[in-house]
Amino acid sequence: MGLTDSIVDRLRQVVALPDLTGTRYELESQIGRGGTGVVYAARDRQLNRPVALKVFDFALPGEAQLIAQLEHPAIVPIYESGTLADGRSFYAMKRVVGEPLDRYVSKSPSLADRLRVIRRVGEALAFAHARGVIHRDLKPQNVMVGAFGQVYVMDWGVETVAGTPAFRAPEPNLDEKSDIYALGLLLRFMLPQAPSPALRAIADKAARADPAQRYSTVNELLADIERFQEGLAVQAWSEPLWHRVRRFGSRNALLLWLFAAYASVKFLLFFLRTV
Amino acid sequence: MNKIVVGVLFGLILGAIDGATAWFTPEARPMIGGILVGSSIKGMLVGLLSGWFARKVHSTGWGIAVGAGLGLLFAFLVAAMQKNHYLEIMLPGFVLGGVIGFLTQRVGTPNHQVSVRPQA
Repeated sequence: MGLTDSIVDRLRQVVALPDLTGTRYELESQIGRGGTGVVYAARDRQLNRPVALKVFDFALPGEAQLIAQLEHPAIVPIYESGTLADGRSFYAMKRVVGEPLDRYVSKSPSLADRLRVIRRVGEALAFAHARGVIHRDLKPQNVMVGAFGQVYVMDWGVETVAGTPAFRAPEPNLDEKSDIYALGLLLRFMLPQAPSPALRAIADKAARADPAQRYSTVNELLADIERFQEGLAVQAWSEPLWHRVRRFGSRNALLLWLFAAYASVKFLLFFLRTV
Repeated sequence: MNKIVVGVLFGLILGAIDGATAWFTPEARPMIGGILVGSSIKGMLVGLLSGWFARKVHSTGWGIAVGAGLGLLFAFLVAAMQKNHYLEIMLPGFVLGGVIGFLTQRVGTPNHQVSVRPQA
């Protein structure tokens, strides 16, 4: 009986496989399943290079054109789109070698590396927003980090994609602010165990339930992260005085040491003269 | 702000403060005006040269080293004119030169704005 079940499962899988007859692609394996279709590893026979094929469960002609508008280093480029012999829509894109963000974070990268990834994701979002495109489904599984630190934002959403519940903004109509919400949650997800209160405040502000209280643009959020990295005060957090003093001290440590050296020299000379 | 201007301004202020500390030495008090002017000019010269260096080389370490070297050199010249108080003049001058060198590296715009004229 078990054997029969496994045969049926296998048959189901074979039937679900895309019919690549008439295309230049050769199927290798399944990479993953998303909300709108399945992504396969394939080989472009004509150019002899690996590609990723996204095959939709139903016709979604808009997605390929949508992503094709976004030429950005952190957005996976589309090579070709079309319709398969079995009637399903597909597009071929660069096959990214790397690991999803959740696996990358589990390796405990440094804070600088975590923030670099977030900034790259933010830059891609800002770029897309400037062209009127929103992601709709930003989550750790949709961000890939390559072996050389390349960051790719995948699975750009279309109207029918409603987002993954854990990272989806509460408002019914998704817009740029919804991507900012997801980016805030992504930042919170990326932060180490005991993050700086300033960084936590940035993530909290981006992920506020009320869209009006979030950053108004992704660039505003990125500017706050940059301010944090440069040792400046962040917009999201009104820091207490002791924290401001400590930040000034660590930012100007060398100058303070030089002034201390000058004062010490003066005191020493004064002391030597009076002895 | 231009790095040379930054250097001259910080040199003037820090040089004046350094000169003003002579007030704590009773035998130097009668000459405090001359010391203030001389120390300010020394600071401005160190600032000017450190600022010029900061426009050419962007390195905090080298900025401090060159500033300290210039501070030491000018302080030596001042002490040599008096033929006395070498340690009291050169040691603070050395450290203060380092401070000015640091500030010229950190403050001010690195280079002149280059205006590009469209080609005919």
